[in-house]
Amino acid sequence: MIQPLTTTGSGYELMPKEGAIETQTLEVSMGPHHPSTHGVFRMDVVLDGEEVTRLKPVFGYLHRNHEQLAEQMNWLGSIPFTDRLDYFCSMSNNWAYCHAVEQLAGIKVAERAEYIRVIMAELTRLINHSCLAGFLLSDAGAWGTPLLYAFREREKILDLFEAASGARMMCNYMRFGGVRADVDDDWLAAARKVVGNYPAFLDELEALITGNEILLARTQHIGILPRELAINASITGPMLRASGVDYDIRKVDRYGIYDRFDFRVPLGEVGDVYDRYYVRMLEMRESVKILQQALCDIPEGPFDAGVKMRNFKVPAGDGYGRIEAPKGELGFYLVSEGGTRPYRYHVRAPSFINLTILENMCLGHKVADAMVILGSVDIVLGEVDR
Amino acid sequence: MFGHGLLQGLIVTARNFIRSYFDPERLTTVQYPEERVKLPENSRSFPFLVYDGAPDNLRCVACKICEQECPPQCIYIEVERDPKTGKPVRRPRVFDIDYSVCMQCQICAEVCPFDAIKMDQVYELAGTNRFGGMLHNKSALLKSNEYYHQIHPTEADEVDAHLSQSRKKMPGATALSTGPKPPNV
Repeated sequence: MIQPLTTTGSGYELMPKEGAIETQTLEVSMGPHHPSTHGVFRMDVVLDGEEVTRLKPVFGYLHRNHEQLAEQMNWLGSIPFTDRLDYFCSMSNNWAYCHAVEQLAGIKVAERAEYIRVIMAELTRLINHSCLAGFLLSDAGAWGTPLLYAFREREKILDLFEAASGARMMCNYMRFGGVRADVDDDWLAAARKVVGNYPAFLDELEALITGNEILLARTQHIGILPRELAINASITGPMLRASGVDYDIRKVDRYGIYDRFDFRVPLGEVGDVYDRYYVRMLEMRESVKILQQALCDIPEGPFDAGVKMRNFKVPAGDGYGRIEAPKGELGFYLVSEGGTRPYRYHVRAPSFINLTILENMCLGHKVADAMVILGSVDIVLGEVDR
Repeated sequence: MFGHGLLQGLIVTARNFIRSYFDPERLTTVQYPEERVKLPENSRSFPFLVYDGAPDNLRCVACKICEQECPPQCIYIEVERDPKTGKPVRRPRVFDIDYSVCMQCQICAEVCPFDAIKMDQVYELAGTNRFGGMLHNKSALLKSNEYYHQIHPTEADEVDAHLSQSRKKMPGATALSTGPKPPNV
């Protein structure tokens, strides 16, 4: 029964009493074009006031038949399409696919190419993590300022990519057994300069945002992902490590030549948004360490294994190759019948799987926090939908 | 102290703002289109066809390898036929690339055994016709070897050295006749 509001007498109240008004939950469809959703992604949220009581991620708006396309195409033709999976980290995607094919075909990668691959992959990690910090802050309402700091540094790395591969984002650089083109000494010198300046940028970025009280208030103890749930939901990458699980494929598999480098794996304690942000910050410092070692040790020699790309055939069988992409475990499951094209091609995309526990992290938080939590998952819709 | 982190962030912003007036390194943008960034030599955009000397003397023999290998299938080739005998000659009659489909992966340039198709560096290609406006035919795609030398000097020198070597191996023959026969169509 609703009490009539009166402005006369002693019964004057601005707001009705608790329980005096019948309330109901509100279902909001956020997306697919909400500015903070990092692409065409929709969240169906049920709100009780401002609190999230249910959340359903809806994706598929960017589905473009990637896996089926690859099955219709020869082995080489899929490499440019892997660029478009996670368009922020095309070098890592190239590597994951080439790694899977190399395992299946038993190709030995050239020594110099291994170093170039590590350099490219770690540069990609720097791009991804520093931009993630910017995007996360944009989601929290900081608009573009931190993002533009990140983009300023990203530009320098993209210039390196362009000089080596020819393209800034869709690099299409790695080939089975090596890379497509060699890098010269000028390139290495430029890369050393960028890497050498990177710690200073990280210090600046951290001075800009890490201590910020608003950031701390918006991220600490928000969207906690418990360790057990993270493991059960097969979360990988910085999200898993922020929950305190020591699992880095660079350490576990030691694929490529990662066993030669000295680096540590930063871990979080609480598993909240702040940990996810800060683990990435620390990871960048480790990446800089790897880069410095790789740029110092890179040997002379051939940059590919002399594999003929035309009519390239893979022996029959199936295999799974995975690498630690900036967003998590990026794996390719390939089945070959011995022909020039894969029989089955499956992508294990990290951001897709990391997204599946979005509801668990958002429940009980405000709707504005749901955006920040989504930002901390670090998704790229090209990879989620494929 | 509460607010210390916030102030620290503002100091970083202020420092960047003020230094941008004194340190040219801190100006990270250019005034496009009046100013342009010089592209690196390896930079690539869309494919074009290379000819030596005159546009009739193009390197392409219409072997259709690029057409087969092109991942988004944006290349269309028809072999030219001799008007008298009707037999195919080693030249393309039609060579179309739809730039709106091309994804600039340069696999065509990589697989071409005749070094006939290379990657251009043009980027201001916006048009108003979305249906076929980006379809480039043979005459639009043909560019000289000198132009290729201009945009990719190192790579072009390597290609020239490689081509002249293969010409030497077969005395009297030109580069056009060193490759395999085109498939029957």
